[in-house]
Amino acid sequence: MELQKFQYDNKTVKLFAYATMFWSIVGMLAGLLAAIQLYLPEANFNIPFTTFGRVRPVHTNAIIFAFVGNGIFMGVYYSLQRLLKARMFSDFLSKIHFWGWQLIIVLAAITLVLGYTTGKEYAELEWPIDILITIVWVVFGWNMFGTIIRRRERHLYVAIWFYIGTFITVAMLHIVNSIEIPVTFWKSYSWYAGVQDALVQWWYGHNAVAFFLTTPYLGLMYYFLPKMAQRPVYSYRLSIIHFWALIFLYIWAGPHHLLYTSTPDWAQSLGVVFSVMLIAPSWGGMINGLLTLRGAWDRVRDNVALKFMVVAITAYGMATFEGPLLSLKAVNKISHFTDWTIAHVHVGALGWNGFLTFGVLYWLIPRLFQTKLYSEKMANQHFWIATLGIVLYAVPIYWAGFMQSSMWKDFTEEGQLKYQFMDTVTYLKPFYIARSIGGLLYLTGAIMMIVNLIKTIKIGNFHEVETDSAPALAKEYKAHATDHWHRWIERKPIQMLIVSLIVVAIGGIIEFVPAFLVKSNIPTIQSVKPYTPLELHGRDIYVREGCYTCHTQMVRPFRDEVARYGEYSKAGEFVYDHPFQWGSKRTGPDLARVGGKYPDSWHFNHMYEPSSMAPGSIMPRYPWLIEDQLNATNTIAKIKAMKRLGVPYPDGYENNALKDMEKQANKIAASLKKDGIETLPDREIVALIAYLQRIGKDIKANNSKSQANK
Amino acid sequence: MKFINYLESITGIGIYPLIGLVIFVLFFTAVSIYLIKGSKYHFDEVSRIPLDLKENVENANNKIID
Repeated sequence: MELQKFQYDNKTVKLFAYATMFWSIVGMLAGLLAAIQLYLPEANFNIPFTTFGRVRPVHTNAIIFAFVGNGIFMGVYYSLQRLLKARMFSDFLSKIHFWGWQLIIVLAAITLVLGYTTGKEYAELEWPIDILITIVWVVFGWNMFGTIIRRRERHLYVAIWFYIGTFITVAMLHIVNSIEIPVTFWKSYSWYAGVQDALVQWWYGHNAVAFFLTTPYLGLMYYFLPKMAQRPVYSYRLSIIHFWALIFLYIWAGPHHLLYTSTPDWAQSLGVVFSVMLIAPSWGGMINGLLTLRGAWDRVRDNVALKFMVVAITAYGMATFEGPLLSLKAVNKISHFTDWTIAHVHVGALGWNGFLTFGVLYWLIPRLFQTKLYSEKMANQHFWIATLGIVLYAVPIYWAGFMQSSMWKDFTEEGQLKYQFMDTVTYLKPFYIARSIGGLLYLTGAIMMIVNLIKTIKIGNFHEVETDSAPALAKEYKAHATDHWHRWIERKPIQMLIVSLIVVAIGGIIEFVPAFLVKSNIPTIQSVKPYTPLELHGRDIYVREGCYTCHTQMVRPFRDEVARYGEYSKAGEFVYDHPFQWGSKRTGPDLARVGGKYPDSWHFNHMYEPSSMAPGSIMPRYPWLIEDQLNATNTIAKIKAMKRLGVPYPDGYENNALKDMEKQANKIAASLKKDGIETLPDREIVALIAYLQRIGKDIKANNSKSQANK
Repeated sequence: MKFINYLESITGIGIYPLIGLVIFVLFFTAVSIYLIKGSKYHFDEVSRIPLDLKENVENANNKIID
């Protein structure tokens, strides 16, 4: 058959590689700053843009979508062309994909720093950016499928299955979780409320880990590891099982982020069962990766890229062993809301994603530039510094998480809580310091890598025109007599896409359909009323400042939590919460029952200088809330949006909203004045106090009423 | 305030996980049969797709691979 000559597009791969390197540093710097702020609140610099609540989303988004995102595209664009023996479908689409993705990242960084956020973890970006993400993601898919259709290799190698599964599932997750009602150009409310919002959000959140941080990287593993080791993957059969089992099981596991919360018990159990089962495909994949090196371990000794790959795959194994463990209710009640979870994700992020990306970069850059790596020695130093960095990062906060939880749960013999919340915070500080040193080491290693790669690029010669040749695919495919149905999927990308979608949609549908039926079945707790306009503004400030990054609003039904915070949280309390603000980390105390706990003046002073009210506090100062005037211009739009979401404000209430708001604000200003604090009623702090004083109080009113009736 | 488990009141809720389980079992039985009965030659062949032999020879000659 006639050989066709074609050229690979190396330029786009190069651009994505540069972007990966650049954003890795940005993301890690944001992470380091956030880590330092946990023991040095002054590092928040007393300005809104650099406060923890905004820096933390910048860090998570930069690492997930900028660093790992560009890493995915770098690897996909390189491997896809070679696995299919075809140039990328369209240079134009590649260009739009690359620059579109960078634009999204820049917009994300700017808007998050400015406080434009939806308040849903890892999906913080506001609706215009969500739409942009959808468009660019479709461009990526279009480019990928175009390439697949023009391929010269009949069989789709397993790495491509992972890419296809990633594409379709991320599209589904992103669209479903991002359904929101715009209020203004940079403000929207989640379509879902309370329990439903939580279920959708963690279905998304968990699968962002699964289908953004895991499946595409497994695809990269299945391509680059055999390439580096120069031997085929240990078992291709196992990789097929790995793929189907992993995507089928992963999609169900989300509710394990909500154990012991007000979500339905069946959903929690479903999450636990599937999380436990996940260990099988995950370890199957890890073993498949490590055994690929059987008989070739000597190559690991003097190939630094392979070293990174081995640690990456091992970290994948550790994280996927720990994941099911943390999903068990007995373990989760200790680990959840503590730094244990942070340690767990960083074994995955630093070990699996970070090291695999580094390995691929060390292998790829010399090839793209037709030269040898500038310094093997430096790369080896990077390997050891980064490994040490991971250990120094993870071990202290594993310990911190476990100890903090134990201290929370400790009672004296008399039956009193043994420790104040603040005692546990003070205890953690040294561990936070150690953790940030680990992070600093890891960052140092990454900088060394970039220096090394820049020097490599300087001595090299970019391989812009890389030619290859392969026979065209025969138009008519003659199936073997004994051909099997799965082979039909293997050579047909669209079938693969559809079957993948069915497999991942099942879990989503089964988790949601009942959860959405719940809505009509939730007997609304009568005393739970919609937020007043002022409280709504206050809540939006709470979301804007990212308070949920450190404070939970979920009292779990444990003895210690009920003793510390009050009545445990009920599903019916959150029906007007668009979005829900349960949080996932309790760096500060839970706020689900904070309403009415302290006088207004306490909150005023606490926001101005937290340590004046709570000595030893690591909460940053929020002086701007006291100075800034509340933007009340969109009050009517906000009430209208809430009404469209089904919040039962009376008809025409939006016209009275401003009047009501003024009344409530004046009342709070008067109460502050009584305690000697002069403030204008139109300041942001007044709205925030209104919200804080409201949280969790509706159900208390109910209790006192029913007691009075007795 | 009474707090009841609302979800018990959705009739026929049990069918969803059951459908899921049936699809899961059927699909994975089918994949397993395919993997057990599939030809070893096919799997060996496709697992070599990433390893472009020509490239390896070239690389061995100019020693790009370390």
